[in-house]
Amino acid sequence: MFVLVEMVDTVRIPPWNFDRQLNEAMAEELNKKLANKYWLPGDTATPHLSRCRYSICSGARSARGPSTADDVKVVYNVGLCICLYDITKLEDSYIFPGDGASHTKVHFRYVVFHPFLDEILTGKIKYCSQEGVHVTMGFFDDILIPPESLQQPAKFDEAEQVWVWEYETDEGGHDLYMDQGEEIRFRVADQVFVDTSPTGPAVAASDAPAQAGQATAPPAEASEGKKEAPYTLIGTICESGLGLLSWWNS
Amino acid sequence: MTCYSLFSQTDQFVTFTFFFFTAQVFKLLIDLKEQRKDGGKSKHSAGQQNLNTIMYETLKYLSKTPSSRQSPEIVKEFLTTMMPHKLTKAEKLQLLNHRPQTAVEIQLMVEESEERLSEEQIEELIQTISDHLPGDPEQEKAAAETDEGGGQS
Repeated sequence: MFVLVEMVDTVRIPPWNFDRQLNEAMAEELNKKLANKYWLPGDTATPHLSRCRYSICSGARSARGPSTADDVKVVYNVGLCICLYDITKLEDSYIFPGDGASHTKVHFRYVVFHPFLDEILTGKIKYCSQEGVHVTMGFFDDILIPPESLQQPAKFDEAEQVWVWEYETDEGGHDLYMDQGEEIRFRVADQVFVDTSPTGPAVAASDAPAQAGQATAPPAEASEGKKEAPYTLIGTICESGLGLLSWWNS
Repeated sequence: MTCYSLFSQTDQFVTFTFFFFTAQVFKLLIDLKEQRKDGGKSKHSAGQQNLNTIMYETLKYLSKTPSSRQSPEIVKEFLTTMMPHKLTKAEKLQLLNHRPQTAVEIQLMVEESEERLSEEQIEELIQTISDHLPGDPEQEKAAAETDEGGGQS
């Protein structure tokens, strides 16, 4: 369910934290930056690296205050970051012209939620929809069990908005409802990473002159449209032992 | 703007990662929580809402799992007794995280269990698991009570 990931990053320590132990200040910055966030596949590695150099030199103006979610949605399909495990190596710190902060390259290990393929997990049903059964683990919400991966035969009860397993026994059929809040055990069948980081202004700029009349339409649609989760687990319960815990307890 | 100079290849991450038992994560989070409590509400805790949220939610989830009752000693001892069973690391990890009590659960977590494990071996495995890994005290109490009730009636 969890993995330990070794990472390397350059961390900026603002001058008002200079009185503190470097390790302690660093741990705090790393947690501020990464905890409860996703690391996603970037388009390629090089743009990020170049952006990196850019930010070391000129990022001072934008780097004040706690980082927001937007500026961290970068790079590599890692998973959901939980918390810092330890710092393994600190390199030399540098101070750049125009910024009083120090920049230190740090090697550290981070605890990340990233189940392996075929791992068995337990969660709770958040809700059901035509798309399938949506499951939550509390700290992680984006789990979908698509209709074809449910115990078969399955049907969607439109009136109650719930999936039903039409379980056949010798004495006849039993309808097993997959109600909201029920504990469910599933197998990880796939994981989907979507880069949800905001697209650069270049796209908007090239669109705007072309269709002046509808210039506002595409961005509005994008923001109002269904927000895609950056990291989604696709589950399956199409195996004996999987599904609601109550199905297998008796 | 933040700076990231990570590994250039995505798959490199896999080589740099290893499994972490949920019991380890649970302990880490409990320790971190204590540490932060001791530190009091210092001025440094500002801007750590993300950490607080994920810590709270992960702990809430993990405290309901068998992992919350597994100390490092228990985990170590369990892994030692598991040696002769010839299971993969991922399989042992899942046994620890889920503490399966039925054959059907074991079959889910052990790949091709029909070929690799005999019925006796599965029974043995379940026995080892319940001997070494503590169960939910409340559930066990409830089970004991229903057993008693069954005996009396």
